[in-house]
Amino acid sequence: MSASNDVSTSAMASGRWRISEVVFWVLVLACPLLFPSRYLIMTDILRLALFALSLDLILGYAGIVSLGHAAFFGVGAYSAGLLALHGIINEPVIALVVAGLAAMVLGFFTSFLVIRGVDLTRLMVTLGIALLMEALGERFSNITGGTDGLQGIEMQPLLGMFAFDMFGKTAFWYCLIVLFLLFLLARRIVHSPFGLSLRAIRNNPLRAAAIGIPVNRRLIAVYTLSAFYAGIAGALFTQTTALASLDVFAFEKSADLMLVLVIGGTGYLYGGLIGAVVFKMLQEVFQTITPQYWLFWIGLVLVVIVLVGRARMHRWALWLPNLVIRRLAGRKAVVVVPESDAS
Amino acid sequence: MTTLFTILFDGVAYGMLLFVLACGLAVTLGLMNFVNLAHGAFAMTGGYFCAVLVNQSGWPFFAALPLAFVVSAAIGVVLERSLYRHLYTRSHLDQVLFSVGLVFMSVAAVDYIMGSSRIFIKLPAALEGQIDFFGVGIGRYRLMIIVICGLLTVALQLVLARTRFGSRLRAAVDDPRAASGLGINVPQVFAFTFAFGCGLAGLGGALSAEILGLDPYFPLKFMIYFLIVVTVGGSSSITGPFLASLLLGIGDVAGKYYVPKMGPFVIYTIMIVILIWRPNGLFGRTATR
Repeated sequence: MSASNDVSTSAMASGRWRISEVVFWVLVLACPLLFPSRYLIMTDILRLALFALSLDLILGYAGIVSLGHAAFFGVGAYSAGLLALHGIINEPVIALVVAGLAAMVLGFFTSFLVIRGVDLTRLMVTLGIALLMEALGERFSNITGGTDGLQGIEMQPLLGMFAFDMFGKTAFWYCLIVLFLLFLLARRIVHSPFGLSLRAIRNNPLRAAAIGIPVNRRLIAVYTLSAFYAGIAGALFTQTTALASLDVFAFEKSADLMLVLVIGGTGYLYGGLIGAVVFKMLQEVFQTITPQYWLFWIGLVLVVIVLVGRARMHRWALWLPNLVIRRLAGRKAVVVVPESDAS
Repeated sequence: MTTLFTILFDGVAYGMLLFVLACGLAVTLGLMNFVNLAHGAFAMTGGYFCAVLVNQSGWPFFAALPLAFVVSAAIGVVLERSLYRHLYTRSHLDQVLFSVGLVFMSVAAVDYIMGSSRIFIKLPAALEGQIDFFGVGIGRYRLMIIVICGLLTVALQLVLARTRFGSRLRAAVDDPRAASGLGINVPQVFAFTFAFGCGLAGLGGALSAEILGLDPYFPLKFMIYFLIVVTVGGSSSITGPFLASLLLGIGDVAGKYYVPKMGPFVIYTIMIVILIWRPNGLFGRTATR
């Protein structure tokens, strides 16, 4: 019995599907039946969830704080838009993958900048890269369409069979399937020895390096992967809404994304998904109260979450479900958010 | 040749303004290691306060400037005592989230109270127009900014280097535990410094309405500039951020004049290159804290 065998057995044990996870996905599948008239917002939630998932990969698992994740989202969005607009790749699924790869390339090259330096430098560099992309988009407005964005994108039917309808039904199922597949991939990755080594790096890079984990290479790999995910999320945005404008690079987008992830909790993959649902519902509520000034309430939510403390917040949120589980199954609470504060 | 001088002059004025705006951040971010992205919000508060006093209450511009300082400093000290204080020991992620939240709130609040359009402050006649100096046109307003900011810089340097408070601050920053062991009231020193930095930002905000433009999105638009000043300048002394802001000011003005199409592209590229080359800033200490 070698050490690597032990690692893989324990990784496999922790990677087994739990009942709560199955319940979660069944609930997701039930959503279109429960709210048949709300496809558009549900599609919006799915895209945001995928985007948040990509941030979770680097923030929750590798501890990289990024203020510029919108850069990859934007590259994915514009790639998908340009591919469709100029008819280079008409098949949306292939275009989706190509757009994701474009973001991945950017992620790979910028990862060398990000792995250098400490938190503060990372914040600055990621923010700088997003701003740089925005400036580039403005500079080459003949390609990107400037502030008006790309006009007149027409999406071809998916796989030549499913046309995008005006109720957003196709778009919803398309996003859901993409999200689920990428979620499976992410789940497989974070439960692999590779994922375990990432967590070791997050907890203590120095110690991780001392036990022989190639810290920089692992960080580059996960950052590139995360860029791919963000690119796919951006491409889904363009394909399902048929628009792409410079907004995709905006700082607010990266900041909102952090909020999404923080609401849901980092470091267990479902955080981004749950956070996306809560965030969109909050946004809906605030926008109906004060259409113009909902930014204020979003800011207030951020401040309150930080002051109350993220871990405590999650304990409160899980109090009721845990109570129910304890009553029903007579067991100790089974739902916990792992403590995984990236510093 | 004269355009070169004009650009240099405008760049220096712009840089000095950035320095006054950002030097409070140099202390909180650079020295106290607190990522305060909401620094621009204090500047905006000062600017709007000054605008209301001058435009609506008819105060003279020079009387409104100190009040902009006082108001921002007061808000700063209240927020520091009530909210910021609890976050000094938290992770950078928490600090980022908190200050971004504050920025969002301030943007929406100012938009709600004052409207979303850019505002101007009525200037006294003495500050308008240009002086002809050996054939080089020098804006009076910019000259005033250079004088005010130059004096402030000298004063700051003297306070930090020569006074008892300055040495207390440096001690508190270098090692808070040892400093409090020596009887220095560290929280008080931090609160005072934070408030002073916010006040300077408020003053800078009031001065910048004419040059940078003041609208509710000010904290977001200029956040990156403040951060550049601090991270590129490093935090070991006041001179680092000062030189960095001058470089940034001149670079930005010259960039806009000579390569207008490249826009802010030049600045961001330079920033990223410098951060890669020297992660602790051009003039920073080599050790990370």
